[in-house]
Amino acid sequence: MVHAFSFAEQVKHYFLWDVESGSLHKVDYLTFLCAKDRYDLLLAAKESEFLASKQGKQVVERNKEFSQAEAEGILNTPCATSEFVREHKYIKALCLHICHDCNMSCEYCFASGGDYNCAKDYMSIDVGKAAVDFLIANSGNRRNLEIDFFGGEPLLNMSSVKAIVDYAKLRAKEHGKAFYFTMTTNCILLNKENAAYLNSEMDNVVLSIDGRQQTHDNIRHMLSGKASYDKVVRNALAFKDIRGQKSYFARGTFTRQNLDFSKDIMHLIDLGFNSVSVEPVVLPSNHPLAIQADDLPAIYKEYEKLARQLLQRARSGEDITFFHFMIDLEKGPCFNKRMTGCGAGCEYLAISPQGDIYPCHQFVGTKYKMGNVFAGMQNPEIAQSFAHNTLCHKPTCRVCPAKYYCGGGCAANAYNFTGSICGIYEIGCEMHKKRLELALALYALKKEYLSA
Amino acid sequence: MKFIKTISKKIMSKTFKTGCGECQSSCQSACKTSCTVGNQTCIQEEKIHKIEKPE
Repeated sequence: MVHAFSFAEQVKHYFLWDVESGSLHKVDYLTFLCAKDRYDLLLAAKESEFLASKQGKQVVERNKEFSQAEAEGILNTPCATSEFVREHKYIKALCLHICHDCNMSCEYCFASGGDYNCAKDYMSIDVGKAAVDFLIANSGNRRNLEIDFFGGEPLLNMSSVKAIVDYAKLRAKEHGKAFYFTMTTNCILLNKENAAYLNSEMDNVVLSIDGRQQTHDNIRHMLSGKASYDKVVRNALAFKDIRGQKSYFARGTFTRQNLDFSKDIMHLIDLGFNSVSVEPVVLPSNHPLAIQADDLPAIYKEYEKLARQLLQRARSGEDITFFHFMIDLEKGPCFNKRMTGCGAGCEYLAISPQGDIYPCHQFVGTKYKMGNVFAGMQNPEIAQSFAHNTLCHKPTCRVCPAKYYCGGGCAANAYNFTGSICGIYEIGCEMHKKRLELALALYALKKEYLSA
Repeated sequence: MKFIKTISKKIMSKTFKTGCGECQSSCQSACKTSCTVGNQTCIQEEKIHKIEKPE
């Protein structure tokens, strides 16, 4: 399968993406059109007209090169995998819902203000320790294990966090494992003491902040309704300053209230954050903040604008990471990972404050309860259904150019929008495809710039 | 080739036979509401931690 796309700066750049081999090619306009014609991709009327005016030697030469590239296995490579079932013998990552409570009340929160539509609850040290034991016991020969402290707001339950970290490190030593800790925080309680602790113990810290003051304060309120931007920015920047080269992300969400979200991303960068992730909100389509299908053209333009700005910054020597434009075309993830996505329900699970096991943080409180950290797995058929939910079993995904970059998409989004984990959240897919094109274009143009 | 400038090639075949499961789980990073695996990196060559031997 060949995917042809372009990216416009002052000039337009044209690319051919060989989906099955993962080969990326940069071409001129005529070669781009010849490829679209050869591989039955839709040609616009103007493109057909231009191509017709160039028939002859020029087209023949290009077709010869296509044949050569096909023979080398770098263009129009056939799909080699028709069947793939995820191995789900081992667990390697847990998202611990360290508390179902929050000191903020954000308009778009999928956790319904932190409590996931349940009573407020805090994970006890005993439940946390049992979760660590459960993870180690089910990790087989996996050595690198992960624990993500999530909420609600995890800084509200630091006594459990600290006890769980200490316990996990102790048990890791006994079992020859290594733990990688992450925390996602809204930064309100990120005082000096907590910042020093997170900097020391967390391998990655995700700082929730949405961008410009107005964007942030419109959505992310304190429980009292007061604005939170000033405090969040102050604490997040202080944390960034002590963080040095260790991993963190300033992570925001954009909604249909700020479809000019490139300004929010650039605002975060201009504040001094060089590692940024801003994701589209995922909400039921009847929610006033939800992204709608008719927002997509504006969102594409905004992503293009962002890509141009990031490219400009890269050319002037700034080292900025935007999570959704990160791509590794030299090593990247293995084929297994590309076929299976995030591993929810199989190698990645979420644990509620009570110790109940769910496929991921977005399923907590749903019918997908898989067991409990004390009693173990009680509903293995759930893991089975997630294991079979690979690219091979999704006809829409099989013909998508972005399939090896989302692994079939988010099962929670699919479930929320279609009622089935095997479904497709179409708006999310369209945005993902656009981001992939831009990530590829940025990769190529940065490489070109560096080699020049 | 004169008209096709290859930027990167055959990524898939480079990692086809791996699948050790030691890499970071994508939802542990900065994406919590979408699924992004293409930006993950295989850590076979650079383990994220040195493992301490059991005492």
